[in-house]
Amino acid sequence: MTPKVSLRGVSKSFGSNTVLRDLSLDVATGEVVSLIGASGSGKTTLLRCVNLLEHIDDGAVLLDGDEISAIGRDPNPVRRRVGIVFQSFNLFPHMSVARNITLALTKVLGQSHDDARTHASDLLQRFGLAEKADVYPDQLSGGQQQRVAIIRALAMRPEVLLLDEITSALDPELVGEVLDVVRELKGSGITLLIATHEMGFAREISDRVCFLHSGSVAEIGTPTQVFGSPQDERTRQFLRRVTN
Amino acid sequence: MARGLHRRTGHQPRLTTRQEYERQQRRRSSFIAAASTFVVLVAVLVFVPRMPRWDRVKKSFFDVDQMGDSLPRLIDAFWLDVKIFAWTTPAIFALALLIALARNSRSPALFPIRALAAAYTDVMRGVPVILWIYLVGFGVPGLGIARPFNSPLLWGSVALAMTYSGYVAEVFRAGIDSVHESQRAAARSLGLSSTQTMRHVVLPQAIRRVVPPLLNDLVSLQKDVALVSLIGPIEILRQAGIDKSKFANFTPFVVAALIFLSVTIPLTRLTDYLWQRERRRTSGTRVAA
Repeated sequence: MTPKVSLRGVSKSFGSNTVLRDLSLDVATGEVVSLIGASGSGKTTLLRCVNLLEHIDDGAVLLDGDEISAIGRDPNPVRRRVGIVFQSFNLFPHMSVARNITLALTKVLGQSHDDARTHASDLLQRFGLAEKADVYPDQLSGGQQQRVAIIRALAMRPEVLLLDEITSALDPELVGEVLDVVRELKGSGITLLIATHEMGFAREISDRVCFLHSGSVAEIGTPTQVFGSPQDERTRQFLRRVTN
Repeated sequence: MARGLHRRTGHQPRLTTRQEYERQQRRRSSFIAAASTFVVLVAVLVFVPRMPRWDRVKKSFFDVDQMGDSLPRLIDAFWLDVKIFAWTTPAIFALALLIALARNSRSPALFPIRALAAAYTDVMRGVPVILWIYLVGFGVPGLGIARPFNSPLLWGSVALAMTYSGYVAEVFRAGIDSVHESQRAAARSLGLSSTQTMRHVVLPQAIRRVVPPLLNDLVSLQKDVALVSLIGPIEILRQAGIDKSKFANFTPFVVAALIFLSVTIPLTRLTDYLWQRERRRTSGTRVAA
């Protein structure tokens, strides 16, 4: 079966700094894959390349077998199908929560304001934020802002959702509410690619865990394999560092 | 804030030692401010009238009868300033926004447009306003354009608008640059085009941030409108000059200055207020002195 997302020999540098080196990874439809690894190992860049926020230098990124990284391709239709949630939320501060969600629905998908608004209300309701529809982002806690950011991405009904260290900027007591949202997404058919430092969460939610080391996949397997009996020495070292 | 912290047990809130101390400090500074103002005022009121030629200066700059006589004429003439101001402002904003957007374009193909926009702001900010008003205000009608498009008033206003749009474009550009790249990333990741991102996400935030510096430029424009008079139109400055010559008295200039102040001071205060508000909103908690 064609993988949902496929990276084939992807390389990416920023100046003299090579961030991704000949990296290959296949993710099946509906699969949940976590990317773990030290800071600077390339997790964020990998996600940004799938969303076409970065251009790759070499290799190919495929979505349903279609080469989305091809030169000159319009990124906008791809981005409708591949959503991303950022570490720093990046809500639009000058818009209400509801407008944050409906902006792309109306401008990109061409929905009517009423339809978009109903859709946004449904999602807010589902994730316990119904009463926040008309407030502005700076009146929300970090956890609430990140939940809104997830809803904003989900509202586009993406086939793939990229989560870029979405709990790293949160106070510890707010992490749980955000992870609960992600737990709810698993099994809904959406493909999740998650860059994270939350090892417990990665172990619990992932179908597979991928350990990145200096821009390549050092080890990939089920959580039990990777966390239970890591084969690669670098994985063992990394896990020792983060668990102690 | 501090008031809310008092326990409201009686009519007289009990002050802590620290609050008592700060209240004393405030009283002390008010006293110093009042005393120094008083000293300066007395010095001016007592010493200036004792200067040897005060009588003549008083007569030629502060003649009360002359004030009453000139005021209606000057206010009438001031209308023209207001009108020039009113039609140049929207032109300036529109032109400046276009230039700022051109300078912020990212496509490599648009390099010539970026270069042109940069050259425009450089030239407009580099040439003295007055010189530009002369060049455009006399030069363009000199081409022999048919009436009414040959009026120096029109081309003087155009020159003013051109110069100011150079400055205002830079203000817009600074505002656009101040919007964090992550906002663009968020908008683009949702599938918005770069134009939609600019229009719905970047510009609204940028403009909000630059309202105070924009008002600052408007205050300055409000005064520079008078420069258009140098190529002919009878607005307040020129009317004051006419009155001065007619009555051999400088009082009309003082009156003109007061009329300008009556408009610019409220505008300046508003600018300051908005600036402070923006500062409070964006710069975090103030440190204690």
